[in-house]
Amino acid sequence: MTQARALLIVPLAVFVGIVVLLYSGFGLGRADLLPSALIDKPFPDFELPTLAGEPPRRSRDDLVGEVRLVNVWATWCPTCAAEHDELARITGETGISIVGINYKDDPNAARAWLAQRGDPYLFHIIDARGDLGVDLGVYGAPETFVVDATGVIRFKQVGAVTADTWRNSMAPVVASLQAATP
Amino acid sequence: MTGRTVLGIAALCIAATLSPASSVVDAYDFDNPALEARYRTLIAELRCPKCLNVNIAGSDAPIASDLRRAVRRMLEEGRTDQEILAHLQDRYGDFILYNPPLSPATVLLWATPAVLILVGLLVLRRLGSRRDAVELTEEERARLDALGAEDP
Repeated sequence: MTQARALLIVPLAVFVGIVVLLYSGFGLGRADLLPSALIDKPFPDFELPTLAGEPPRRSRDDLVGEVRLVNVWATWCPTCAAEHDELARITGETGISIVGINYKDDPNAARAWLAQRGDPYLFHIIDARGDLGVDLGVYGAPETFVVDATGVIRFKQVGAVTADTWRNSMAPVVASLQAATP
Repeated sequence: MTGRTVLGIAALCIAATLSPASSVVDAYDFDNPALEARYRTLIAELRCPKCLNVNIAGSDAPIASDLRRAVRRMLEEGRTDQEILAHLQDRYGDFILYNPPLSPATVLLWATPAVLILVGLLVLRRLGSRRDAVELTEEERARLDALGAEDP
């Protein structure tokens, strides 16, 4: 009979197990943040017009050579405006260059936006239809990639780059990549 | 309410449930009906990265439209369904697939139903064998009585 009594505990144990499993789901963080699939993969090939117009087009070759940030932004994106000053501070203080991808935007509005706020970027390419965005796994703006000197993506930040995310997540990655770059 | 309005409302309700979700979106013209059929299947299987629980066929989010365009472009380039799904999975992860692949992260998802069926079968067998044990033949019952055992 002791075995049968022991079996009575099974449903309760299963129930407690399910509760623990589901409760721990609350701690998994934001469901709208996708895992970054492109980490440690090469930055996709591109050849796109520039916002400045001079030179008229830029390609992946203009990206490689040193550790850079690649920032996907647009004038329709309020968070991009919020992170603009932080990006300017980062490039000003650390000297790392930032490449802008003007994502599904009106180029004239983008130029006006930069004229008003300042342009801390190395250059901007225009991804008017979002095709490079699809190649990059972009699903919103802003997104910021850390790309190493060989053109491999090493880190992806979805959402604004803040002083905190820079200090805690991005700066260490950039520092170790720069240390590894001859 | 007249019978006619009731009928009208009923017709509207039925029409609303019948209209496919993919009718929201930009229709692409394919010369090739087979290609179009594959396109419809693919965009129904791909999940919109921005809207959490809608496929890219049913979403009017800009990213869903970009992904549909990418799927169409790859179809017209002659890529296979597997290549197209792999291409997008490389960029957006397993999240984009409504039919998740078997991997260490999803093994629980795939194995749980089989395990539950197995457990159910075991329980059924156990219950069955227990009933067999209780049913004694006339002869056995007589012997049991002779031994002086009480009824269980």
